[in-house]
Amino acid sequence: MNRIFIFFTRTHGKGRMDWTDYLSYAYLAVGLFTMFAPIVWLVMSSFKTESAVAQFPPTFLPYSQQSVKVMGHDQPLPLYLTKTPDGERSMAQVMRLGIEATMVDPAKPDAAPIKVNINDRKPINELKFAVENYTEVFGKFSFGKYLFNSVFITVIATLLTLLVNSMAAFALSKYQFKGQKFVFGLIIATLMIPPTIILVPVFLVINSVGFLNSLWGVILPAIATPTGVFLLRQYMLTIPDELLEAARMDHASEWRIYWKIILPLAAPALAVLAIFSVMWRWNDFLLPLIVLSKSEFFTLQLALNSFQGELNTQWHYLLAMTVITLIPITLVFAFLQKYITTGIAGAGVK
Amino acid sequence: MSTLQLKSLTKSFGDVSVIKGVDLDVAHGQFVVFVGPSGCGKSTLLRMIAGLETASTGEIKIDNVVVNDVSAAQRGCAMVFQSYALYPHMSVYDNMAFGLENAGMAKTVVREKVTGAATLLRLSELLDRKPTQLSGGQRQRVAIGRAIVREPKLFLFDEPLSNLDAELRVSMRAELRDLHARLGSTMIYVTHDQVEAMTLADKIVVLRAGKIEQIGTPKELYERPVNTFVAGFIGSPRMNFIPRSALQAMPALASQLSAATSQVGIRPEHLHVLAAGEVTGEQGVGLPLTIAQAEYMGATSLLQGTLADGTKIEVMQQHAVPVTRGDVVTLMMDATKLHSFDVNEQRIG
Repeated sequence: MNRIFIFFTRTHGKGRMDWTDYLSYAYLAVGLFTMFAPIVWLVMSSFKTESAVAQFPPTFLPYSQQSVKVMGHDQPLPLYLTKTPDGERSMAQVMRLGIEATMVDPAKPDAAPIKVNINDRKPINELKFAVENYTEVFGKFSFGKYLFNSVFITVIATLLTLLVNSMAAFALSKYQFKGQKFVFGLIIATLMIPPTIILVPVFLVINSVGFLNSLWGVILPAIATPTGVFLLRQYMLTIPDELLEAARMDHASEWRIYWKIILPLAAPALAVLAIFSVMWRWNDFLLPLIVLSKSEFFTLQLALNSFQGELNTQWHYLLAMTVITLIPITLVFAFLQKYITTGIAGAGVK
Repeated sequence: MSTLQLKSLTKSFGDVSVIKGVDLDVAHGQFVVFVGPSGCGKSTLLRMIAGLETASTGEIKIDNVVVNDVSAAQRGCAMVFQSYALYPHMSVYDNMAFGLENAGMAKTVVREKVTGAATLLRLSELLDRKPTQLSGGQRQRVAIGRAIVREPKLFLFDEPLSNLDAELRVSMRAELRDLHARLGSTMIYVTHDQVEAMTLADKIVVLRAGKIEQIGTPKELYERPVNTFVAGFIGSPRMNFIPRSALQAMPALASQLSAATSQVGIRPEHLHVLAAGEVTGEQGVGLPLTIAQAEYMGATSLLQGTLADGTKIEVMQQHAVPVTRGDVVTLMMDATKLHSFDVNEQRIG
């Protein structure tokens, strides 16, 4: 603990803050703010009630107006700090007409309501986390269905990506055959083509094989990635050939060598690719957008998009869904990021 | 029974010819060592026998069956690699069991065989460990264990001791000899270390540039090397070669040599020196030797010096001679131990 403290309070000047230290901290603070502030704002806003989201000026914390149940009224009434002839009091608003509001004292519901100008009253706010945004979102708009679609696509596509790419990488790194370099070059060359360019041809192919409005139409086009092949191939090159030869002497078939020797030894690189693949598939928007047009096949990303109505957007639900959408990717990253660093270090230049 | 025959075997990588026609017969139970300087093709030859490299031309026969087109797995050989090539993600037990499981053996049989081999190699305590948790000698034993559980027809060793320190190498050498005696199987062993070759082999195959120079028992190779290469390669310190011209000062000896002799070889232990003024009853006269270095090694002393014509000579002296750098002493030699070589560096007689 002490060592952690020493590590984090190290300075360029010996023991004192140098101007470079101030500069570094300022730079880090700016970076932290620009990256983190929108997320924090999003999370905070997702706990706001519908009216609080629309409130101007906006508040950072999720405030919402207090309300009170008053006898003789079915709905809870909003509370206001109201200027009355006898001084300021908290009163419930019964109704509002133009600039005139009818207020009642919640303590004395039978007393005659008084009319005040709306400028003479201020809403009484309290800190309140609108958890119902989250609970309701599960019941509404078949959120579960979208979540399932997203998870299904992500999990299946990632598994297939690992399988297909590692097989390609195995062949390209451990077998000598004619045109091996050419094939590898061709795969790498596809990195130069932006996915948006081939969107139309991909759509046409998916359409003609009948995968339109099918989750497989999103999964299959995405499983073979040049990045994955490159990453795994570079890593597998570092696995000594003697291990393969030893396995061959041990009666292992080529499939056994791949499955029992290569895959376990390439685990760090596979972990990196798995993380990438999960991020790509989970955040993917363009491909699902063109392939999946029926709402029952929507992924979370598509659902988020479709909630932005032309006339009316239910921002509080949209924000809550956005937060839920972010959670899996954050967890994956938090728990597997050490594999990314070790994996990239291992798979990179060697 | 497991025998091996190589018939005019060649191997070339593109234009580069690595193995240039090798013929060899290995009988059942022999311990054969391939020895030669690095790059002589000894490892390639071993890998061809294992099936990890294909032969360009020629035949490889195991138990009188041509196995050129048989895959490595089906040849029934087991190989111990220089780097051991243990599977780093598997325990010692799994490393040894992998081959048996691949062959589709029942779990109980596998367990029995692995524990048997582990006991033989004193690995029983280590079965659950990963290779990274083992010392060099232990890894070596696991690699050997992996080979012996399969009960192969042929054991192939590719410089298995070269990664061990000197002391461990000596004890592993003894263990290997012992293992060979117990198993009685045919073993082929590749090394560049002639001491390993001499101590282990029933039969040594000396290779140079893809060709066999000589095949024989250690004694044959040491006492009757067929050419200067084998003579120089086998034995440490290496044999001295003296051009015929330098021997004119010893007419009695020079007259015994056949006319074709262009140089003679003599091992350091068959030479001795007389300090200046020292006289013995030996016949003939010696050659003057200028001492460059004298190493005292207890039981023996190693003297290095040059003859009048600049030929470098090493002498293994049984008793210490009080000489220092720059002294000129008389070099005497045992004429019966001379090896004569002709202009083509081939042995005469």
